[in-house]
Amino acid sequence: MRALVWHGKEDIRCDSVTDPQIEDDRDAIIKITSCAICGSDLHLFHNLIPAMLPGDIMGHESMGEVVEVGAAAKAKLKKGDRVVIPFTIQCGECEQCQRGNFSLCQRTNRKGNLGDKAFGHRTAGLFGYTHLTGGYPGGQAEYLRVPFADTTHIKVPDGIDDEKLLFLSDILPTGWQAAVQADIQPGDTVAVWGCGPVGQMTIRSAILLGAEQIIAIDHLPERLSMAAAAGAVTINFETESVIERLNELTGGEGPHKCIDAVGSESHVNMGQPDTLLDRAKQMVMLENDRPHVLREMIYACRPGGVISIIGVYTGLADKIPMGQSMNKGLTFRMAQAHVPRWTDDLLRRIEDDQIDPSFVITHKVDLSDGPEMYRTFRDKADSCIKVMLKP
Amino acid sequence: MPITNTTQIARSKGDPRIVRKGPSSLTGSDRLARALGWFSIGLGLTELMAPGFIARTLGLESKEGLIRAYGARELASAVPTLSVDKPVGLASRIAGDVLDLATLSSALRPGNAKRDNAAIAFALVIGVTLLDLVAFAEVKASHGRERGTQRDYSDRSGLPRGPQASRGLARRDFDTPPDYRAEGSVADAVPATAP
Repeated sequence: MRALVWHGKEDIRCDSVTDPQIEDDRDAIIKITSCAICGSDLHLFHNLIPAMLPGDIMGHESMGEVVEVGAAAKAKLKKGDRVVIPFTIQCGECEQCQRGNFSLCQRTNRKGNLGDKAFGHRTAGLFGYTHLTGGYPGGQAEYLRVPFADTTHIKVPDGIDDEKLLFLSDILPTGWQAAVQADIQPGDTVAVWGCGPVGQMTIRSAILLGAEQIIAIDHLPERLSMAAAAGAVTINFETESVIERLNELTGGEGPHKCIDAVGSESHVNMGQPDTLLDRAKQMVMLENDRPHVLREMIYACRPGGVISIIGVYTGLADKIPMGQSMNKGLTFRMAQAHVPRWTDDLLRRIEDDQIDPSFVITHKVDLSDGPEMYRTFRDKADSCIKVMLKP
Repeated sequence: MPITNTTQIARSKGDPRIVRKGPSSLTGSDRLARALGWFSIGLGLTELMAPGFIARTLGLESKEGLIRAYGARELASAVPTLSVDKPVGLASRIAGDVLDLATLSSALRPGNAKRDNAAIAFALVIGVTLLDLVAFAEVKASHGRERGTQRDYSDRSGLPRGPQASRGLARRDFDTPPDYRAEGSVADAVPATAP
């Protein structure tokens, strides 16, 4: 089969690889009909996340049709079922899964000893990601082996396009969780840093949850235009002072809720000297992440407010103002999305025409064009926001 | 050494294996920049560790300190050249090339016994400068946002009922789960008193 394979920093190729096989009774094989490139794939593309191996198959946003089912998964899945595959692999039985913390599943990281060493305690296995989270082959491919398939799937009905359903795999529930973990209440002002695909889903989720005012912060005109389309007030951080504008828009009080949809790779900007220092430190491995957004959120947030972090951080981050955080009594919530916790509800909202996630797709290409699209997406060229791949 | 070597991370037995490799996302200019970055590291280390040898070879005996400083500069420009921010590294390499040429031109004076060596070095630096210029121009062109046209997405709300009609729609049947609540009110916190 064809698959997008990681060969090293900035080196993705569409290779021919051997087909996946059923390895366990709980496995299933999916014929991929659609998949996508995620912003967090760029962290792998830039080799910022350790423990990748040349030959690893990329991708954790995928959907398709079940073509083979292991004996133990047959009660839940059958050939021909149409499924979206969450980026998290979950057993459904461990203590964390029982609590709904599916991205913290205690059993599915097949390299749990590495996870224990890196994080203190292992987290869930993830598709197409580092070997610290199991090193499972990803779904930017023609076929995907889904481990724990009886609990790692979202059945979706026929009659709705892939474009509307694919993002149940990651960015829609991720954006939803970003808003939910901010505990958005009607009347709140919510500031969202980053108008990439997750930021866009977060903005829509915040509206559905009743936020009074949503402020979207980015510097790319096309992304700000997409945020404004959903009713957000926009701030271009290259031409405006974020802090001054946030204070203007909130009567000097600051946003009630601040959401980080950027994560590790904050934009490096001559006007923000801390971003230059972070980039220099990151280059010589004195720091893994560039946490400019986190610093700005802590400074801007209203005392007693909530900081919700959904952008991916990879390791160590410097100069986090804990003094401001403590004295302002801020609440921090963060996690990789617990995808299946939200997907039944979100699927119903798609069917009910409350949200149509396909708005975010700007490029739809064949899988073999994937390597080129990684570059286009990374460079934000051609107004690229979200790439959908068709195997 | 990659972390994967020291930790002995290996791919699992049943995972798909590469049968035939396809074209890479790396462009020719990316590869050239990478080669120039590694060249910077090699030259920088040599200048740091053997400035006396370089000075004697070029007839620049009094400039060991300057050559060592140039070594540090080479290493500093190698880091961004090997990173995803290649244009920054290549620009700093070009500035360094100008300094190298200026220094070498002083070794081309008629009285220098090693003038021939200096001339060879001067020609080599000109060649490397041309490579730096080509790499810089191509990397800037291939990594810019200029490709294609800038689009406007102000018609993409993603909310079929419109933003205003969608506001709070989920509140009809969704409450923040108890484990995700961050806010409360005084009424929640103070126990009810008996009438």
